[in-house]
Amino acid sequence: MMTRLANPARFMRVSGAALPWLGGATAIALAIGLVWALLLSPPDYQQGESVRIMFIHVPSAVMAEGVYYLIALASFVALVWRHPLADVAAQAAAPLGAAFTLVCLATGSLWGRPMWGTWWVWDARLTSVLVLFFLYLGYIALVNAFDDASRGARAGSILALVGVVDLPIIKFSVDWWNTLHQPASILRTGGPTIDASMLVPLLIMALGFGLLFATLLVLRMRTALNERKARALRLYAVEPRATEAAERLPAAGAAARMRRA
Amino acid sequence: MSALSAWLAMGGYAGFIWPAYGIAAAVLGGLSIHSWRRYRASVDTLARLQRQTGVRE
Repeated sequence: MMTRLANPARFMRVSGAALPWLGGATAIALAIGLVWALLLSPPDYQQGESVRIMFIHVPSAVMAEGVYYLIALASFVALVWRHPLADVAAQAAAPLGAAFTLVCLATGSLWGRPMWGTWWVWDARLTSVLVLFFLYLGYIALVNAFDDASRGARAGSILALVGVVDLPIIKFSVDWWNTLHQPASILRTGGPTIDASMLVPLLIMALGFGLLFATLLVLRMRTALNERKARALRLYAVEPRATEAAERLPAAGAAARMRRA
Repeated sequence: MSALSAWLAMGGYAGFIWPAYGIAAAVLGGLSIHSWRRYRASVDTLARLQRQTGVRE
């Protein structure tokens, strides 16, 4: 699929057709998930109603990490194979990952206050997720810090790959250190410890968050490609002869610039 | 207490649950609206430039 969508023009065709379906599926999953999370699922026997915060906290935490893995993978592909869409994907995903991480931190804090008695502690899990948030912000700032977009993209890719070391730290922080944050309860040997009445809405919300990410990723990648094409056309409008002389054909020129940028 | 106000009270955790959902809706909803607006703007700008330059791909 990666190679079949390699060509930006083909990506625009396929993603344009997929976008309404992705958006519709996101709306349905989130609607079902929210009703289940806020109305149908029972209160927890220890946490009471406050457990309902988990239906957004856990999916946003999953996305916060997952999106970073995707950015790191795209950065690797961009550095090694110069795939024309890899940088576009990584840069489109970064603000989404930052948003999920912010939601994860904020909802965790709002749950921690009544359950742990504190908004925040410098616990290993919380701290490593805060570092993840700053990795996202640093990546976005670095990519935009260069006049030459390709240099910014390369610097960002390197930062994204170095930052990957934070992900296993997040994952295993609850096992390596005796922290306040509870250990894994879904992906653990011996199966989930959560009852189906809560696990099902949790998974539906996670699906909804995943679909929301996919929808916005496609939307933002399309935006970036449109803006790139518009920049090439503006150059052509200002100096059509120079552009044509350099690239022979304006259409080929725009495509060549898209590949290079 | 009616069923609705009991539900809104969230067993005493209303002050934590509703802000949590509110923040999630504001952050993710805001980003969705922003992404959509920028997408529409990029489509319109590109169409205008393609009309002006006569270049189509």
